[in-house]
Order: sequence, then structure tokens, then C-alpha cells
Amino acid sequence: MKMCGIISVIDKKKNPMDGTAVREALSIMNERGNGEGSGYAVYGAFPEFADYYAIHVFYDDLIGPKTAVEEELEKVGTIKHDEEIPTFEQPNLKKRHIPWRYFFQPNVSALGTTASEEDILVYLMKKVNTTIPGALIYSTGKNIAIFKAAGWPEDVANFYRIQDYEGYIWLSHNRYPTNTAGWWGGAHPFNLLDWSVVHNGEITSYGTNKRYLEGNGYVCTMHTDTEVVAYLTDLLQRQHELPPELAFKALAPPFWDEIDRMPEKERELNTALRMTYGPAMMNGPFAIVVASSEGIAGITDRIKLRPLVAAEKGDRLYLSSEEAAIHVMEPSPDRVWMPRAGEPVIGRVY
Amino acid sequence: MPIGSVPPKYKVTIDKDLCMLCERCIENCPYGTFRREGNKIQIFSRACTGCHRCIAMCPRDAISLQEKPIDYRSHPVWSREAREAIYNQAQTGKIVLTGMGNALNVPQIFDRLLLDACQVTNPSIDPLREPMELRTYIGKKPRKLTIDKTPEGDIDLVTKLAPNLKCETPIMIAHMSYGAISLNAQLSLARGAAEEKTFMGTGEGGLHESLYPYQDNMIVQIASGRFGVDIDYLERGAAIEIKIGQGAKPGIGGHLPGEKVDESVSKTRMIPPFSDAISPAPHHDIYSIEDLSQLVRSLKEATEWKKPVFVKIAAVHNVAAIAAGIARSSADAVVIDGFRGGTGTAPRVFRDHVGIPIEAAIAAVDAKLNEQGIRNEVSVIASGGIRDSADVTKAIALGADSVYIGTAALVSLGCRVCGNCYRGLCPWGIATQREDLTARIDPDIMYKNVSNLIHGWTLEISELMGAAGINSIESLRGNRDRLRGYMLDENILSVLDVKTVGADV
Repeated sequence: MKMCGIISVIDKKKNPMDGTAVREALSIMNERGNGEGSGYAVYGAFPEFADYYAIHVFYDDLIGPKTAVEEELEKVGTIKHDEEIPTFEQPNLKKRHIPWRYFFQPNVSALGTTASEEDILVYLMKKVNTTIPGALIYSTGKNIAIFKAAGWPEDVANFYRIQDYEGYIWLSHNRYPTNTAGWWGGAHPFNLLDWSVVHNGEITSYGTNKRYLEGNGYVCTMHTDTEVVAYLTDLLQRQHELPPELAFKALAPPFWDEIDRMPEKERELNTALRMTYGPAMMNGPFAIVVASSEGIAGITDRIKLRPLVAAEKGDRLYLSSEEAAIHVMEPSPDRVWMPRAGEPVIGRVY
Repeated sequence: MPIGSVPPKYKVTIDKDLCMLCERCIENCPYGTFRREGNKIQIFSRACTGCHRCIAMCPRDAISLQEKPIDYRSHPVWSREAREAIYNQAQTGKIVLTGMGNALNVPQIFDRLLLDACQVTNPSIDPLREPMELRTYIGKKPRKLTIDKTPEGDIDLVTKLAPNLKCETPIMIAHMSYGAISLNAQLSLARGAAEEKTFMGTGEGGLHESLYPYQDNMIVQIASGRFGVDIDYLERGAAIEIKIGQGAKPGIGGHLPGEKVDESVSKTRMIPPFSDAISPAPHHDIYSIEDLSQLVRSLKEATEWKKPVFVKIAAVHNVAAIAAGIARSSADAVVIDGFRGGTGTAPRVFRDHVGIPIEAAIAAVDAKLNEQGIRNEVSVIASGGIRDSADVTKAIALGADSVYIGTAALVSLGCRVCGNCYRGLCPWGIATQREDLTARIDPDIMYKNVSNLIHGWTLEISELMGAAGINSIESLRGNRDRLRGYMLDENILSVLDVKTVGADV
């Protein structure tokens, strides 16, 4: 990825917002994309199935892969409900895959190991994406919907009719791909369990991050560097239980020069963080926004080689590549600022 | 046994029009290549080792040196070395000794690995204008951090970190003992390492008291002979290294000829003067991995768990599994020494034929540790045939945390890699204890050569990282994506886990 535009918003009181405004905001940044990939994530999208994992799958056809995936799902849990994700023909968008969603309850005893529900979802994603050709699980979170395809933002939004969905967090991404052109699976947001990520940049430490994740049991299957952000976030925040501030700091830590000048306690913490999580550090230009059901966080690389603007209005926090996009959604924000390099901006639900 | 003499290796000539009969060549050559006869310098080429000392010191550039002036009948199988080893053994009935590293013409994998640089989609980073971090911590790291959040929202670190060596560059100086090399050479290396905020190894020869000022930058070694080891020695080092084996001679012990054991060496090593210091092939208290683990813990107990303990092994066929075993003991770092590693003395057959190349060993060890999910918990130090900053960068991209340089550091002191270290007559004052020769190194001047070398390489690594869009060395480590193999076969590419040139990301 090279240019790419991102915009995201959270309503900290969890007041629902529909997809109309985010669609307008994202398409104002069409200069940053090339029509080969756009996507949206919305938290709080399925209140009636809020306790089930919403597994999203792209099928190449409905013949072989679908049966195979459903067999896998039924081995390790129960499908409460499933449906084809409604789509609406667009003149400029070719429907290359059939998006499907399952509301799924994993059975923790199915594997016979000490696996948690999340572990079963991670297992399923790995199993399907590496062994079933023609099927790709691209989202597994509870109460989270992902809409993505190869196309311009407004076409993808209309294809899924995102204005029909409501949620308290929206993440969106307008892509200019260089590494996996036109592949739906390569469009953002990327999701793993409760985490969704949009990313602008190119991670030069990808090889190091990928190996570190593999050593911790993750498998990278999306052919793009962005997925490591989701997995690293899952490892650091879910598995290692680091608070978000620290987990993001591990991805874009302060320079040693700064650490050396910190007071002792802070210096020790930051040194330990860098020593322990060196392979998780992300290098190269990036601006990312990571969402979970608890909130959103935006962060750039340590020398801010990609833009990120933040704005607040009442209970809403906006994070975007361009201020112009924020103004489309909120014409008079209370505050607009440029976060410093490597400094996370976090918006939590109350 | 009248085989007669073999052809001289070198032919030395002096241009009589240039020579001013200053006799510097005579003074400088300890091998007796030159003598004065009336108004000319008489040359005995057979004595020459190709060390270049005379050439470097001749004020008139009057001396020329030619390699192999008379050769054998060329033959693809019966090389000069093969034939001469036989002549030698036919006359002596002994093991053929050599110095320095592997002299076979084996392919250098490093030369067939190419580094990456940024273009358009991401910007390269300019180390002259942006921070570039090469700081490397060597030692045990926790798997994860545990923290406590105080009611005031403060974050308290619960995890206790093990002691690590803090190096400002990923380049350290390898273990070369006092005895194998001179005190002046060690002093130059130690001061050079300290100057660049990195570390050097003592080797198995003990720690001479004149090195005490640099002890905070020295790693003390415990080898199978236990030479020079007592509690004072252990406590002085910044870290302790158990040497199981070395790349130049895996499976056998060290050998310091008695001629090199003068009074001072004898005192530092704690052995009788002029006795051969022959360390056993194995450590006789380590016959298994659990014995090693005990020794690691004993050393830690003895030094109150204040010092990292490294374990050095030669890169042998099963290096990955052995390293994984070491990583699971209390050891803080694994040192792997590839088959091109140098030494003062080694049997020719070992030097040239035992072990595997460091490139493959790093990749295999890194992969095994990663597969077991413990890669970041232990450091990997690579050595054996590292010639420049590109080799260092590639070693790190293959998965090493840092490297040891031995031969390269000696070359910075003038060594010409002539390979006669075992004879104790090193004209550069390095691999010798003869006072008139060791006096050729003034540590107060020569340390600068060592620090210049490390400094120069460090700058080059910064540039290479910046070009690859990486501003911290952690993001280079194990980053095989930033390497491509050029003219390497599929098997070796798969061991290295590197794609071929032209391959997509």
C-alpha cells in the first residue's frame, strides 16, 4: 500500500451512527485511493446476535468451499444463524466473491485442548484460510460487520448499502494497493476477533513481525502487511494483557535517546518494553487505526511518515488521514490536532 | 625420505635501483627472509610467509612479492595443498597444523544474498538527518511483561529483567586469548571495543591485570582447560562465556604451543611457564545438555545472578537442536561459530572440513527457536567469516542479534591473514609473545584502528538500514523479507528461508 486514506469515528456514549456520513467522508479522499479496494467496519452492527461471533466469509462460488467451511464450523461449534450478506449490483463493481456471514457459538471442548472460544476462532480462521481453496474468513468478531471489496468507496458502500447499518464505531479505508492489487481479501479493514485495523503505509519490518507472530502461533494468510497489526494487537492486548497505551507503545516505541532521558521508573518500563517486544515494533511509514468494542486508537510510525489528524466533538472522536474528511462528517469540531509521531490517540467508550 | 624441498610459496625481489640499504626489511622480518651481504640485501624467499611486513615498512617501495612463482603441474584433483600435505606428513608422520580460517575455495553464501532498498512506496530514511538505532541488548528477555496498574493510574512493572549487555552496535570482538595473541593486541582490541561501547572476549587465557580498566567491556571465557579461571576472573567480566567449541576446529580443544607461554602468559593462565596449554576436547564436567545447564547455573550462583552467561558452540550439523537445548537452560545467549571461523592453531583437516557455514547455521537456529516460540527470549551471536558491514547486516537479517568479529579485528591491527599464527613469530606483533615483536603494537595508537573499524561498519549498517526504511535494528533481525538469494539453489534457499531474486513479496 502506498497512499490510502483512512477515516474512523467513535461515539463514546455508544449512540448509533449509520454509514451515510462515513461513506461521504471516505470518498472525499478518492485522491488517496485508486478504486481497487475500499472497506468499512462497524461495531454494534448485530444487536440481535451480539453474543455470537459474526464469521464473515468470501466464497469464490457456492458449490465446494461453502460446504467444506460449514463442515469445519460444525465440528467446533454451532451456527445460530447464517445468511448471504445482502449486496446490490453496482455498474462499476464486479462481484467476484459471495460474502456470507455466520453467527457462531464455538464449543470450547470440541478440540479437546484447553482452548478458549477465541482460540477456536483463531484455529478456524487458520484452518479455512490455509486448507480450503475458494473460501476466506475475513472477520470473526462479535457484533462487528465488515464490508469490503475491490472498488471505489462509494461503490463499495452502495454495494453493501452501509447506510442500512448502525453502530458506535466506524472504520473505513480507501486503498491504493501496490502489493495485492484488486484482491478483495486484501482490502481493509482487517479483522481478527474483536480487533479491526485500517492502515496506510508499508511495514518494512513485516518479515520480523511475521516471524514473531508465527513463533506465537499465528499464521499470516492475507498476503499483505496490515494483518500483522491485528495479530500483534491480539497478542499484546488479549494474550499478554497489556493495557492499550502500552501495547501501542510497543508497536511504535520512543527512541533510546528519549528513553535515556526519562526519570528512572519510566526509563525502566520503556527499556523493558523495547527489550521484550523488539520483534513487535513496526518500522516503515504507517498510520493505523485499530478498533475494538472498547474503543479506537490511532497511531503513526515513530517519525510520522504518514499523516493522521484527530478531532473531537462532544462524545465523538475522529481519526483521519485528512482534516477535510473529518469536516464532511463534522463541520464544526471542538478541537482538531495533529498527534505527535508514535503517540497513540485513544478514544474509549464510557 | 629424500623428497627434497617443495617449491617456495612466494618469490621476493628487491629493486636495486630503489633500495637504499636501510635494512628495515631485515629488522622487520622475523622469519629470516633478508640478510645483508656487502652492498646488497640477500633474499631467502623460501622463508617468506607473505605477511607484507617488509613491504609495508620499506620506505622506497622497493620490495615486490609474487605468489607461487613456480607451480605444480596443474591438476583438478591434486591441488598444491593436497600434494604438500602429503609431502609434509610423509616426513613427519604428524597432524598438519594451520592458522586462520578455512582456506578451501568454498562458496560464500553471504555474497549470494542481496539486501533491499526502498523506492517510491516507502521512503528510505536518511541516517544523517533522522535517528537510527543500533543499540542491541544481549541476554535473556522475558516472554511477556506483567504490569500492575495502581489506583492512581500509574503503571508498575512487575516483571524483573535479567541482566543484559547493552551494546551500541551489533558488532563485538571475538574471543582471542592472551597467549594466542599478545597483550598489546588484546589491549588495543579492548580499548577499541570500550570506545565504541561494545564488548570483547578474553578467550580462554585468563584476564591480565593491565586489562582491568576495560573489564566492564569484556566477556570472560571458560573453556575446557579452565585456564585462568577463579572467582576474581568471573567477577571482573561483564558476562561469562562457556566455550564448548569453535568453528575453526569443532570437536577438539585448544592448543597453545609452550613457546608462546612466557612468564606473564603463564601467570595469567595459571599454568607452568613454557608448558603446552592443551585444553581437552570436551569439558570433562559436561557430557550432556543437563550438565551444561548445571554449569550455567553454577556460574550464575557464583556471581549472584548478576552476569549473563553465554554458551559458544561450533556450527555443526545439528546446530539448531543444540542451540534450542542451550536456550532452554539458564543461558542468556547462544554463540554460533561457523566453519570459516579463524583460529591461532588448528589441524588442517578440521579447519577446512568440519562444520557448516554460519549463514545456514544462523537461519536454522533462528527458525528452530522461533518454531519453539522462544526466539526473543535468548540472544544469538554469530561469528565465523564476517568480513564487512554487509555480512553483519545479512547475518542480522538471517536472525542473529549481533556478531563477533575476530579476523577482521586483527586485520585492523595490520594482520595480513598469512596464516602462520601458530608459529609464534607474527611480524605484526599480534600472534606472538616475543617482546621485540609485540612492541610493534602501541595500544595507545592502535586501539584507534579497532574503534575506527567498528565505527565505520556501524555507519555503513545505519546507511543500509535507512535505505531499507528501517530505523531500529530490532526490525532488521530475522527480517528475511529484506534478503534475496542470487544463484543459490532451492535447498539452500529453503534452509535460509529467503526468496530468490525477482520473487514477489
